[in-house]
This record gives sequence, structure tokens and C-alpha cells, in this order.
Amino acid sequence: MSEERGRLYYVQGIPVPETPRPNQQPGPWKETKVVGKPLPRVDAYERVSGSAVYPSDVSFPDMLYGAILRCPHPHARVKSVDAREAEKMPGIRAVITAKTPGAGIDWPHSRDMKTKLFDPRCRFEGEEVAAVAAESPYQARDAIQAMKVEYDILPFVSDERKSLESGTPSVHDGGNRVVPPTTYQRGNVEKGFSEADVVLEENYRTEGEIHTPMELHGCVAKWDGDRVTVWESTQGVYAVQARVADVLGLPLANVRVIGHYMGGAFGSKLQAGKYTIIAALLAKKSARPVKLFITREESYFCVGNRPPSNMKLKAGAKKDGTLTALDFSCIGTGGAYPAGGVSQVDFLVKDLYLCPNVRTRMTDVYINAGPARPFRAPGHPQGAWALEQMMDALAEAIHMDPVEFRLKNIATYSQTREGNPPYTTTGLAMCLSEGARAFGWEEARKKTSGSEGSGHIRRGVGMAGAMWAVGGGGPPSTVIVKLFSDGSANVNMGASDIGTGTKTVMAMVVSEELGVPLKKIQIEHADTGTTQYATPSGGSKTVPTESPAVRAASIHVKQQLLEMASKELKMGASDLVFTEGEVASWRDPSKKIKATDIPEFRRRGLVLGVGYRGPNPAGKAVNPFAAQFCEVEVNTKTGEIKVLRFLGANDSGRVMNRLTYENQVFGGITMGIGLGMTEMRILDGDQTGKIVTKNWHDYKIPTALDVPADMSCVPIDLEDTLANTTGAKGLGEPVTVPTAPAIANAVYHATGIRVTGTPINPMQLCEHLAKRRKEG
Amino acid sequence: MKKKDREKGRSGRRGVTRRGFLQLMGAGAVASASVGELGAHPAAEVVEPGEMTKVSLLINGRRHRLLIEPRWSLLFVIREKLGLTGTKVGCERGECGACTVLINGQPRYACMMLAVEAEGMEITTLEGLMRGEELGPVQQAFLEHDAFQCGYCTSGQIVAVEGLLRANPDPTLDEIRRGVSGNLCRCGAYPHIFKAVRRAAELRKG
Repeated sequence: MSEERGRLYYVQGIPVPETPRPNQQPGPWKETKVVGKPLPRVDAYERVSGSAVYPSDVSFPDMLYGAILRCPHPHARVKSVDAREAEKMPGIRAVITAKTPGAGIDWPHSRDMKTKLFDPRCRFEGEEVAAVAAESPYQARDAIQAMKVEYDILPFVSDERKSLESGTPSVHDGGNRVVPPTTYQRGNVEKGFSEADVVLEENYRTEGEIHTPMELHGCVAKWDGDRVTVWESTQGVYAVQARVADVLGLPLANVRVIGHYMGGAFGSKLQAGKYTIIAALLAKKSARPVKLFITREESYFCVGNRPPSNMKLKAGAKKDGTLTALDFSCIGTGGAYPAGGVSQVDFLVKDLYLCPNVRTRMTDVYINAGPARPFRAPGHPQGAWALEQMMDALAEAIHMDPVEFRLKNIATYSQTREGNPPYTTTGLAMCLSEGARAFGWEEARKKTSGSEGSGHIRRGVGMAGAMWAVGGGGPPSTVIVKLFSDGSANVNMGASDIGTGTKTVMAMVVSEELGVPLKKIQIEHADTGTTQYATPSGGSKTVPTESPAVRAASIHVKQQLLEMASKELKMGASDLVFTEGEVASWRDPSKKIKATDIPEFRRRGLVLGVGYRGPNPAGKAVNPFAAQFCEVEVNTKTGEIKVLRFLGANDSGRVMNRLTYENQVFGGITMGIGLGMTEMRILDGDQTGKIVTKNWHDYKIPTALDVPADMSCVPIDLEDTLANTTGAKGLGEPVTVPTAPAIANAVYHATGIRVTGTPINPMQLCEHLAKRRKEG
Repeated sequence: MKKKDREKGRSGRRGVTRRGFLQLMGAGAVASASVGELGAHPAAEVVEPGEMTKVSLLINGRRHRLLIEPRWSLLFVIREKLGLTGTKVGCERGECGACTVLINGQPRYACMMLAVEAEGMEITTLEGLMRGEELGPVQQAFLEHDAFQCGYCTSGQIVAVEGLLRANPDPTLDEIRRGVSGNLCRCGAYPHIFKAVRRAAELRKG
């Protein structure tokens, strides 16, 4: 586990402390009274009334506004920065450049690569050159425009497919290879292909995708002497604290990071950004609090992306549906710095379906573009785009239904991990079969079979399967539950609720164990000053990581209450049970006392329980699984595609809250529709190397008109007694993995056209349709 | 804006008129293409950055008298000067709808309107939909149907729906979708938003 954890993106570069094992691991819940119900969120009032204070809402009476001057070229050397005019402008209180004392600090891009915070060599459009703080954001922007920067404009590379060609400009002095290609092999693919009745080969590409969360990246920074407090829009306050302390050379205790609410991230806010450090430096220099949130345009340059992937997949299958070999390669890029350009792209090929002969080869290169950041199931939607379209094509080639073909290749153990550990549970087969049943797959497939017929409106159905490489969670996690003497409770945890309903689920766990109604549970979270250590909320691991710790803390409270009650009832604590606010003898239920009537409890004012996350089961793999089904309508004259309906079937272990669960599933499908149909980062490779899709008009994400109102959710609620003490697995990421290939397969079913590059928009589909008409 | 204030503000500041700006451009192509039309207004008003002007805004039934820069957006004034942070900032260029407010009952993007333009209009923000501490019907419906995830676009969605239902108390699914199509939700809570709008329509009828 520890070796695996070291590789996980959400803890990379963050020193993760160990937490003790919980005293006692409770058995699984038999029946639940609260957990699993469709309940509105405990913080819904705050979010719909406007009373929730997001980091970008934080304000101080003497607060300044920061802005960053960014390099307008994809590759340039900064010769000089003249800020003299800017410094004299009205309202300007601080200007910092590379030469400002204290600003010449290092910024770590990875464990092995550091550059300066304001580095003289800018390797992507939008790299930081200087910054200002002013009385108003308008004055700050004026000053940015008034700064005179001389650049040596350098040749650039903006297409990863050309990055390794000779004569291509180098992003770094050592060349454009990030690391030597990573390879994987099991069995013998050549032998596998020779055993196959059908062998297919295809190239696939997914375009770069930008997170664009609704709340921009940024923070408010405020110093009190040598201590800084940062209100940051983040997925992990402790990760931000570690980075800020490291870069500024401060003790961890002098950096307090608060992130109570945050307006979305999808992986792009797992760490502090340069903007965090710059805000702190501006605040230090001006001796005033500084709010620094980047602009929407900047969010396209410098706060991450899902990198484009260029994939090749060769696959073989027997007529009976046995998969015999998969040979996969990928060229990708994390942009101008090491950022996992091909991270996890081959995972599904290696692990999703049973296949004895697999080979993968992944090449990560540099280009002059903004660095990638983890984006909702890194690598997986890309790998699924290739693998799940290939599965569809293979099924057709062997005249088998695509669902049946997948069901023939279900793995019950992880084929990639060392020792081939079995999954604690695998609901993939049920996701496929139950999903197909609920969708009416067979009838729909017969009814639509749109590639025949003469009309220009064609219907088709498609599906895809998926899993997620992590999603089991694990230590460390520490949670404190306080039960007050009036029976109300407080939960104290460091984890962020990034919109997935974490707080609500944790309150439900406390309510389940202690019988406290949700209205009487208050949650304190995401503050390094007052809450417990937590890893960032990412990797779909927050619920499986934190909920067992919350349960353990609640049980710790319960144990102490039983001890106290045993003195009153003059019985051993082991003879007592705690239910619905009462401690009673399980032998003689008439012997009981209300918890709030226990004198010792009242004297102490509260009972404090501490819970730790126990280790994951040894020799087992914990993974969530998924399958999605959709129906589309294609206009073969205009190339327009309407997604008519979508169904998501998920095995994410126990359903903790049916309402927020469903919302996550629909949200993942919506984001997958974006990858599959609308989203595409375009770099002007021929002329300037600049990004041309840097706003929500040119870079279109799905709107209310682009998603079907007919979405349904089929939870495969398998009891997982091994994964952890609540039996929950991650959900937020697997829900977006199979969406885009399911759409592509439906479009193929409707039109007979196999679209191997994202996004399937009218422009691209029209080209395919025109080509087919020409070819007759 | 009073003329006296304007003149006072102009003295000693380097203001730029649109006409003056174009003249500064000299014989450039931009100037020659459009100076004729603009040149027809010799008394073009000077709009200076940094110049403060009085404005009176009617927000959520309450009148606010403020000194502002003419270039400040209504969004900036609402959030940063009045502290009504229920209205969110998403793009500041009329794309996402996070800053949607009602102007005379109609949903408008507060980032696309200058605060000075909003004088004399009736402005309603998310906070203005509350009934004291109680949620309004659209807010209640969003709560019940979990019509949000991170909650950041939610203010704008709720205000857009309020505007929709004021104009059309019983919208069809298609009308609902169009009604919120100017409000992006990156978390993808749209299906729940559609349900919440139907519920809100019921709640409003009482």
C-alpha cells in the first residue's frame, strides 16, 4: 500500500503523516437508518441562500487586489521588466518582479525540477513575470498594462506529435523527453494475436481539456507579523499549507490555510499555485491583506488541463468473445513542465478486462503549453476512448452484442498489480447487465439500428464500461467527533467538501452511529488551524477515507458514554448498548438512562471521540466500476447530435446518500459529454503558438441545452465487508470515464461512422459524412 | 453625473476620451476607419479612470448611495463594495451567468453592466429572494432536489429561474432548459436543476 500511495497523484510531493490504527474495527452496518437515504445536504441552506463564504467572497476593510503579469508568448526569455510607470500609478501599493527582494525564490514543478517563481525563461504562454497589488482590481490591471517587458521571443513547439522530431525547438535544455518511455508487458502479445480470430488496429486521439471550475483559482492572503493566513479555493488545505510553508521557508504552524467552501476544481486545485505565493508576497510587501483571483482567461493558461492523448491500440479476440491480446501505445504531454502527460492513460487497457497478453508503451514529451494538472480520473477517459471503441468494433467483428462481449471478459482480480490481488468486490458484470436491463438495451439496439434506412435522422445506442485505478481511499485520516451534553454533535475533519457532499455524508455517519439528528450536527472542516490532518479531496477517495474515521470517532464517543453509564446503571459497559440517545442493558431493556442524563457527561460538558482510518485489507484491490448506456439522434445532413438519454450504472460500494450519489453520476456524464462532444483546447501551432480557445465561448462546455433531461442512475449497491468499515468506494471519477466512448459507439451505431478523435461536433461529423458520400 | 463633478475630476488627471484615444492612434488604419463617425460628437464626455462619481442604486428594495468609478461593473460594486457576495464572479465577460441578477425583474449578467448604468433600475440579487431568514421558493426547491454541487453557479441559476418563473409561471421542460441555458454549471447538476424548477413552480403557486 505505501508504495502504491507514493505514486498517487493526490499525495505526490506532500509529506503524509501516519495516523495510528483505530482501537477496534467495527463490523459492517447491517441495516442503516440514515446512511443511504436521499437527503438534502447539510450545507444546502448556506449554498442556496448566499450565506456561504467562498474564498473569493472573503473581504477585509483594508484589502488590496492583486493581478499577475503573464508572458504573452509560448516561449520567450525576459530581458527586462520596467515597472517604474506602474509603480507611480494611482492606487498601486506593491509591485513585485524577479528582482524584488524576497521574490527570487524557487518554485517546485516536480520533485526534481525547480524554476524561479518569476523565471527569466518563460516556457508557456501565461507564465508569471511580475505582479501588482492595488486598491481596486481595475487599478491593478491598469498597472499590469503599463509595465514594459522586453522579451527575446524563442521558437516554440505546440504539438506533442512533433515534439520529438529533429529540429524541433527544445522546451528544456535536455530535450523534449520528460522521462524515457514507460513500458508494461504481460504474456506475449504476438502469440495472443496469432490465437485471435479477429485482429483490429486503430489510432485514437483525445483533445486537451481545461477544467474551468466556476470559481476561479486564487486566494486571500493576510499576514499577522510572521504568520500568514490564506483563504484558498482548494481541494486540500493541508497540501496548500505544505507548499506555501516550503516555498516561503516558514514553519508549518505559521501558515494557516482555510477553505470552507470552494467553487469546483476537478483536480485543478489539489495544490497551492504560484498565485498563492504571489498573493502572500504582495501582502507582505504592502502590509495589507491581498485578494488575488486569476481571470477566466488566465484559467486557460496556467492552472492545468487534461492533456491531449495520441493513442494506438491493436486488439485481438476469438469468435467466442475471448480477448486474446491488447497492444497499446500513447504519446502525450503534460505541457512545459513534468506533469504526468501520459499518467494512467493505459490503466484500463491493462486492468479492465481479462486479457492474458498485454503490452503498453507511453511517451511523455514537453511542449510550450501550460502544465497539466490531474483532471477527474487522470488518463482514464482517454484510455476508455480508445479501449471502449475498440471493444465495440471487436464485438461487431465477431457478431456479438457489445454487452455480452464485455461480460465474457470480466476480471475478478487486478491483473496489473503485483501478486494479482482479488478485488474486494467487483460489480462490473452487474453494472453491465443491470444497466443494460434498466436501459432496455436489447430492444433499443434492435429498434434504433440506425445505420439502415433512408431518412437523414438516425438513432443509435452505445455503451461503455469502466473502472477507476484508485478510489478505495486509505490512511491517513484523523477525525474528532464531539458530543455535547444536550445531545448535539460537532464533527471536526480536515477534508474539503468540493461539492461532492462530503460534509453531508459524514454527518449521516455520525447520525447513524449516535442517533443525533442531522440538524443538530455542526461540521468544522478544511482549516489547518483548527481541524485534523487530511489529504486533499481528490482521487474519489474522500468518502472511503474519511467516513470510516468518522465512524471510528463516533464509536469512540459511544464507548465512553457506555463507561459513564455503567457507573450509573451499576452494570459492566459490555452489558450496555447505546441507541437513539439512550444507554440500556441489552439483557434487560428496562434498565436504561438517557445519555444526556448521565451526570458525568453533563459535568464534562462533552465527550470527545477520536477516530483514525484503518489500513486497507492486505492482498486485496479496492476499485469502483461503472458502465454507461446512451441513445443519440444524429442529423446526417447537419452533423448535429442530440443525446436523448443516458444511464449510469455504478459499483461504488455502499450508497451513502442516494440523492448526492445520483447528482454525481449525472455530473460525471455531463462532463463526459463535454470531452466527447464540445471541448477542445486549440493551440495556434502554425503561427503564434498561443492558445486560441481561452474563454467559454470559444471553449464550449456543456450547457443545459447539451445534456439530456432523461438521465438515470442505477447504483449497484454491493456489500463490501473488506474495503473499509463503511463499505463505500469512490464515485466522483468513475462516473465520467465511460461517457465519451459510449457516445462515440452510439454515433457509430446510428451512422456507421467511427469517429476516433474528440470532440464529435457537427463540424467533424460533417467532414466524415461528406467523405462517405464522396466515396459512395 | 453632475457636470461640476466631472470637471473637477478632469483637472490634473490624464483622462482619455474615446475621440482623443483615436486621435492618439494618429493615421493608423483603426482611426481612419472609424473616426468619422465618432468625430460627429465634438463634446464627447471624458471618462477618466479613477474619477469618482455619485450613484444611487436600488438593490433588494434598499437604496445605496455610493461613490464609484464610472468603469466599475455592477458586479464589482455589488460584491466588493456592498458585500452582497451571493452574486458570484465567474468570467466577467458575459459567458457563464454566475453573476445573474434581476434588473427590473429580468435576469441580466451583472458583469456586463456598469454600475452607473444600473441607476434608476430595480436590482434584485440572490439575497433579495430570501424572506428574512427563510428561503424563497426557488431556493427551497434547489435545496430539496440537490440542484447543485459546489454551489458556485447556484446563485445565478436561482436568480435566472426566479426571472423565468416571474415571466412564465408554468414553463415546459424546453422552456426551463432555455431559461437556464445562459448559466453554466461545470459540476453538471442540470438534470436536478430541471427538476428543481418544476418544484419551484409548484411552490410559488403555494
